[in-house]
Amino acid sequence: MSVHAGTARRAAPEILLRPRRVAEEPSGWLGWLTTTDHKRIGILYITTSIVFFLLGGVEALLMRTQLATPDNSLIAPQAYNQILTMHGTTMVFLFVVPIWAGFANYLVPLQIGARDMAFPRLNALSYWLFLFGGVVFYVSMFFAPPEAGWFSYTPLSNRVYSPTGGQDAWIFLIHLTGIASILGAINLVVTIANMRAPGMGWGRLPLFCWSAFTQAIMLIVALPAIAAAVTMLLTDRHFGTCYFDPTCGGSPLLWQHLFWFFGHPEVYIMILPGFGVISEVLPVFARKPIFGYKAIAASTIGIAFLSMLVWAHHMFTAPIATVVLAFFMLSSMTIAIPTGVKVLNWVATLWRGSINFKTPLYFACGFLVLFTLGGITGVMLAIFPIDWQVHGSYFVVAHFHFVLVAGAVSAIMAGLYYWFPKMTGRMLSERLGKASFWFQFVGFVMTFLIQHALGLSGMPRRVYTYSASSGWGTDNLISTIGSYILAIGVLLTVLNVVLSLKNGRRAGNDPWKGNTLEWFTPSPPPPHNFDVIPVVRSVEPMRDIRADLRRERVGTTALQSATARGADAR
Amino acid sequence: MSGVVAGAPDRLGQRRRREEACRAWDGLAILLVAVLVEMVAAPRARAGVLTPESGGSPNADRIHSLYTVVLAIGLVIFFGVAGTLVVFLWRYRGRRGREGAQIRGNTRLEIGWTVAAALILVVLAGLTFAQLHGIVTPAASAEDIAAEQSGALYATVDQPAPPGGKALRVTVTGRQYVWRFDYPNGAYSYEELVVPVGATVVLRLRSADVAHSWWIPKLGGKADAIPGYTNRTWFKVSRAGVFTGQCAELCGRNHADMIATVRAVAPFEYEAWVARQKREIQQAERSVPALRERLKRDGEL
Repeated sequence: MSVHAGTARRAAPEILLRPRRVAEEPSGWLGWLTTTDHKRIGILYITTSIVFFLLGGVEALLMRTQLATPDNSLIAPQAYNQILTMHGTTMVFLFVVPIWAGFANYLVPLQIGARDMAFPRLNALSYWLFLFGGVVFYVSMFFAPPEAGWFSYTPLSNRVYSPTGGQDAWIFLIHLTGIASILGAINLVVTIANMRAPGMGWGRLPLFCWSAFTQAIMLIVALPAIAAAVTMLLTDRHFGTCYFDPTCGGSPLLWQHLFWFFGHPEVYIMILPGFGVISEVLPVFARKPIFGYKAIAASTIGIAFLSMLVWAHHMFTAPIATVVLAFFMLSSMTIAIPTGVKVLNWVATLWRGSINFKTPLYFACGFLVLFTLGGITGVMLAIFPIDWQVHGSYFVVAHFHFVLVAGAVSAIMAGLYYWFPKMTGRMLSERLGKASFWFQFVGFVMTFLIQHALGLSGMPRRVYTYSASSGWGTDNLISTIGSYILAIGVLLTVLNVVLSLKNGRRAGNDPWKGNTLEWFTPSPPPPHNFDVIPVVRSVEPMRDIRADLRRERVGTTALQSATARGADAR
Repeated sequence: MSGVVAGAPDRLGQRRRREEACRAWDGLAILLVAVLVEMVAAPRARAGVLTPESGGSPNADRIHSLYTVVLAIGLVIFFGVAGTLVVFLWRYRGRRGREGAQIRGNTRLEIGWTVAAALILVVLAGLTFAQLHGIVTPAASAEDIAAEQSGALYATVDQPAPPGGKALRVTVTGRQYVWRFDYPNGAYSYEELVVPVGATVVLRLRSADVAHSWWIPKLGGKADAIPGYTNRTWFKVSRAGVFTGQCAELCGRNHADMIATVRAVAPFEYEAWVARQKREIQQAERSVPALRERLKRDGEL
């Protein structure tokens, strides 16, 4: 295609003459409070969830400290249960899910070449609901925090066994963050479906947007189940209903079904955007197109569909007929196919690349290695006779931290290092970033690999202590030391962010030579995102634009030198 | 890596950078090996480092052998993928400004590995179904187990009866934070379940309050005790000994203290024990009115 044709298309009159109006916002902190700009809301989401991440991390370290030695009496049993409930709930509802909402908010309009989300005010509402949900939950810490676990199994979570308001604070957290997520998800689906740049068909949608889109649909399908379940729990607790109370005809198993019907899709809700980040980061740092774009997009949808059919693998030890267990074993195993396809496509993306070893790539490779291990233990857990032995033990703790910490958190780190320059206009320090990676990697492996062994040797989850005669002391101490190393790694990244905000190297529009449209606009982008919205001609629009510019520049240089020669000759 | 070197695009800097990258990957390899060696070689007085506990009951042993096969397949896949990744990272480390090969996929290869993944899963499912019967169905009691020890008639909806119908049927009730065991002759005990060696023991699990989970690792997998439901599991101990485990479902503040013990003794010892237990319970029950009278007299009631 000639340069002229490209320029002419890019300058399509409709796009140039009628840019969508973007509201002027007040400056300073008032601007942040009243903002409806998707970028600011994205940053609010990301910073708020990182604060919750640090709180959840402190809770994790408290638990690991208590478990470092047998028969430790540092933390009382009640406090331990409160901390484990806070930790699980925080990490799921106040960190991983909202930080992905933050990334999606920030990136999706930029990647699809839109000026904002479809419903900017709804977007702001989502954020504030999420924040209030977190505040309601954390305020309970000063009264009586919930202590029935993030899964709040009945009857332990009903009024008889959990009489305090902490359990109700947990219910309201689920409601508020749930509404926030549903509104955010609807917004995202509408945005991606309707506001893509000219020329960006579904087959040219960036893979991060594919994963955000699929995740949003999962949120819309899965969240109503938990919203209904916690409402039923609330009426059981306060208005005398009997949904889950076996003493008056209710069923504790019903809670388990409803919870996991939401809870398992939730696992993929937490990891799918991470898949999207990895699919964006690997090609850029391998200087190669993604291997099998269609397979990766299709497997995302496949995972989303299958994830709705596997919930009872969390209940293999409950009184359920064997034939049902067999169904859920097979459906759970099936998820390994699209997930495995993704991993192989990612590894193949590096094949014959020209790999640029930058921090985002480090985290992406850490993700690949450790997530694969977590996926393999996931298949082991899907085999229900094996699950009977390892269910509810530290083996499961190790498994899901491999997929959620080594998986989701590594992807979040990769995304942070990759897009921080776009969000702030400053580069993060590579040296601190790589140090942070190695601390996190070593700390993670030390903390969680050994926990498989603990579970296999009989240590159940959620115990506040264990006796010296169990022989679990050494492994637990290793795990605790590892958790401190992991924490140092996370703090190095926090430090990196704080230092680089002021002193980081200036990033420029496109520091990584990215493939997607967010790199087309200045860093940080102006409120209206793009002066001109380019026409998209492939999966990698920025590559095309760079090629066009190079061609234009070569053309101009040739013209200049020709003119100069002409002048000399005259 | 110093900032000066990173900023300098000269060849020396590149080479040094690459050497540092090698060192990093060497370090990673050494670390992984060290962790594995630690896991395998650390002195332990127990099994259950890479595989679950077993050796007490046939179902635990079958789960153990199924697990071992699955683990072996899993490790091969893991080291295959991780190894390929490390090789690619090393082999295709880039030079500044150079682009990678512009390959967008390979349909035949991608279909190939999708089918391969599916086949591996078919194998795993096949292995599981082959072992399933021996894990779910209670084994036959040993020949010398008398019929009267076996307790009441065996009947259940979703658990096949043990061959020969001989089994010791015990009702296990979980409550915060103790297990209660009800034996066929009316005796009961707390915390410790006493069983005869060689007898198939079929457990009916119930809960009096919140959800609990029965787990003695050496005697097989877990079964939840959920209020309003009856769950079932079984084991058969072939040697005298004590097997311990603990509740595996968060059941409240003292969940960690909800210990369960199974003591397997010779059949005649079991007979003696269960008879004595019943006698003592009856005596205790008879002494209750006298105790009550005394407490009333002393003004304590």
